[in-house]
Amino acid sequence: MIAAGEPAPDFTLRNQDGEKVSLAELRGRRVLLVFYPLDFSPVCTDQLSIYQEVLPEIEAKGVTVLGVSVDSGFAHKAFREKLGTEIQLLADFEPKGEVARAYGAYLEKVGHANRSLVLIDEEGVVEWVHESPTPLEIPGANLIFDALAASRGAR
Amino acid sequence: MTGELTSAAVPPPGPDDHWRGMGALLIVYADLGCPRCASAWAEIREREATVVFRHFPVASKHPRSPALHAAAEAAGVQGRFFEMVDSLYADRGRVDDPHLWQRVEDLGLNLERFEANRRSVSVAARVRRDFESGIRAGVTGTPAVFETPGRRAGS
Repeated sequence: MIAAGEPAPDFTLRNQDGEKVSLAELRGRRVLLVFYPLDFSPVCTDQLSIYQEVLPEIEAKGVTVLGVSVDSGFAHKAFREKLGTEIQLLADFEPKGEVARAYGAYLEKVGHANRSLVLIDEEGVVEWVHESPTPLEIPGANLIFDALAASRGAR
Repeated sequence: MTGELTSAAVPPPGPDDHWRGMGALLIVYADLGCPRCASAWAEIREREATVVFRHFPVASKHPRSPALHAAAEAAGVQGRFFEMVDSLYADRGRVDDPHLWQRVEDLGLNLERFEANRRSVSVAARVRRDFESGIRAGVTGTPAVFETPGRRAGS
């Protein structure tokens, strides 16, 4: 898994609407990457739903939240509608899992990402990383606010 | 709109918590629109325990939840909080406004007061307070049951 202090690998992926989203274009804003295993698995549903409930509070701190999984944009679109979430979902679809691999979040054996959070600062440097011990364990939203509070304190 | 959402222990029961029963303490973060919570509630309400109910509506997942939590809180203003919770969980298919009014009538509550209270800022704030304490404790799914205050979800 990538570590704090390392440059965040750049990427360009398509979102649920087929639009390209590239990390480099988000310079100047902080970015939270939420790697998760798969659309429509019951556990992910809870994770992104919970983040949706505190999304205004996260965005108020100048953070753009991007979900990333190996699913296609079409699956993302349906999943997003099901969740009622405004969080953009990026398709790490072809080559499969390339971005997750670049961040060390890919689980080769199962063919999808582990549940991992990566906070990237305005200059494109990794600020904070959280990797779940297993894909079944969901990182609480509190951890995101802890990371934001800690980095704010360090500046 | 909100306080800090950094990690914090589950608050111990306070004077304005909703609680009933006698025995060991169970603090339950639950979503009134959640089917898993409804089946868990059928079991929890039979336990010999002091059950503390904390609001954890996940609106993106269950769009009707905020209205149901506000209804329970408004029934609570008239001293019938748990009766409304029991009623909502016992009959999950009838949760539109006319159904809520019927429940209000069945519980012998004043409809006009109920209507004013459930739309009030103070009721919304009371629901949000519980939700935020759950987020801070790391709740990522419902129901989340804590047998001892001070612990975090997953610990």
